[in-house]
Amino acid sequence: MAPFILPVGSAATTVRVQPVVLFNVCDAYVRRNEGQERVIGTLLGVISDGVIDVRNCYAVPHDESSERVAVDITHHQLLAGLQAKVNPKEVVVGWYSTGDGVSGSDALIQDFYSRECQNPVHVTIDTTLQNQSLAIKAYISRALLLAEKQLATEFVQVDCEVKTADLGSLGVDLMEKEISEKVQHDADSLETCISQLSLCLEQASEYVDKVVEGKQKPDQAIGRSLAEAVSQVPFISKTDLEQLTNDSAQDVLLIMYLSNLVRTQLALADRLGTAALPLL
Amino acid sequence: MAQGGPPLNFASITGNKAQDQPLRSVQLDGHVVLKIVKHCRESYPTLVTGQLLGLDIGQTLEVTDCYAFPRTDEQDDGAMDASSYQVDMMRCLREVNIDNNTVGWYQSTKMGVYQAEELITTYLSYQESIKRCICIVYDPVGMGSGRLPLRAVTLKEAFAEAAKKEGVLSLTFEKLRAKGVSRKDIFEEIPITLHNSPLAAAMATALEPEMTAAQSDTERLSLSVAPKLESNLSLLNACLDDVFLEQQTVSQYARALAWQQQQQAQWLQRRRQENAGRRANGEEPLPEEDPNQFKPIKEPPAIDGFLVFNQLNQVCNQLNGITAQGLQKVALLQGFQRL
Repeated sequence: MAPFILPVGSAATTVRVQPVVLFNVCDAYVRRNEGQERVIGTLLGVISDGVIDVRNCYAVPHDESSERVAVDITHHQLLAGLQAKVNPKEVVVGWYSTGDGVSGSDALIQDFYSRECQNPVHVTIDTTLQNQSLAIKAYISRALLLAEKQLATEFVQVDCEVKTADLGSLGVDLMEKEISEKVQHDADSLETCISQLSLCLEQASEYVDKVVEGKQKPDQAIGRSLAEAVSQVPFISKTDLEQLTNDSAQDVLLIMYLSNLVRTQLALADRLGTAALPLL
Repeated sequence: MAQGGPPLNFASITGNKAQDQPLRSVQLDGHVVLKIVKHCRESYPTLVTGQLLGLDIGQTLEVTDCYAFPRTDEQDDGAMDASSYQVDMMRCLREVNIDNNTVGWYQSTKMGVYQAEELITTYLSYQESIKRCICIVYDPVGMGSGRLPLRAVTLKEAFAEAAKKEGVLSLTFEKLRAKGVSRKDIFEEIPITLHNSPLAAAMATALEPEMTAAQSDTERLSLSVAPKLESNLSLLNACLDDVFLEQQTVSQYARALAWQQQQQAQWLQRRRQENAGRRANGEEPLPEEDPNQFKPIKEPPAIDGFLVFNQLNQVCNQLNGITAQGLQKVALLQGFQRL
């Protein structure tokens, strides 16, 4: 019997996806043609140390029926070239498709992409919202060999991680609503910040009270992190703190005075029309 | 204007009436913001630009997509590449059903400085092909005050008309005053709203990071105002230097003009004396005007002064904002201490 070889996959690859990519995919899905069930497209990114960092993507028109699959290759190559001009570091690393799971025709598409890059990664984003969740999965392909003849290609799932740091700095609450006003006054935002902080502190103190009274089982990890947080508050004597705050307040006031002075000067120049007059 | 009657169909709103209504707000899609942020942050500290695509409906300008412009190296023939890039990009985007109407451009800036002549010239060149366009200005460093440093800027109509007729550089104070355009009427900032498709909103909720405080919150609460103040103060210094240079140019022009007039008066006097002498001798008097002798001196463009003053004003406003915040935080800290 000829040996049935299952090749060992390359060193465990993980895939990291930036949120821009996911939102682009959502947008492409919303704009798909009528009658199209899913959208496919190319993923661009950077490969380093076995981690594939997916940073950008674009949709590629394709035609799918039960018998054949056609992908618009010229479109894909054209856009790849254009994107390379903008950011030469990002290369084709794989492709994405919307929809749950992997289907038969995907093998052909994966084959096509393996001509574009080594070891393409296939990411599926479930926009049909089956199982009440938006599942994001990544696969790499492995060839199944039987005595040197390729039988089939198998899709092996790998870890997929979505980096949410960017999203956090943008403000998740802004992205969650469908329409939102964006400009927030500084004073209001400071207020919401402080109220959130006080909420956190209240929760923490409630928890500690409950544990002390014995109503809740103490969790060592939480206790340790609370102790750490409290110990990080620097202990400054009252007079020192007052002096520090007064100094910084004075600096700030000085600069405020200066900027108001400049603004008044500008306003006067406007009124008197001296901006146009020469210095004599 | 379709105000009195019933027609509320799409055609009547987006028809010829579009340009009569003033632009009230700019609506950005969430993923457009993410793309702009990504592009500007990766290329920092180089300043980059890109194109905005979308729809112009009534009082709102909707931006539904964007793409970046490639960096132009000195070696390529820049103009050819840029236009063929645009054409290819538009064609590809149309195939995937993305609205390929240009509605403006975006650019990244340093410290929020955007009042430059290039903005005006770019705006005017865009206005030749599209009726309304905006420029989105993004500051990759951000002012650290927790707000998203994104602005939508457009030129005010009166100024745009004046600039188109005369050419930006030849605008002088008198012409601008005649149109009623003052320093404040050049740029206009339009409020931005964000819009997300329901799917994107669902995605954002699914991805919601477990941390209860966003990064912007911790930035907002930090007590250190000094570094921001320092950078803003150096910007203020630079602006004041610019103002000083402007004033010098204006005084130079005034002095040159005065000197030229003096020369003309002297020459005229000499001519008159000569003519008196000639008349005494019975000869033909020489003409009193010599148009070729004194060339008119070019007046420095008013636009430079305006822009510099606007910039200075903006920097002062920024400084005020930061200092006010700093004071608030100090006051809060004192309150905490008393507890």
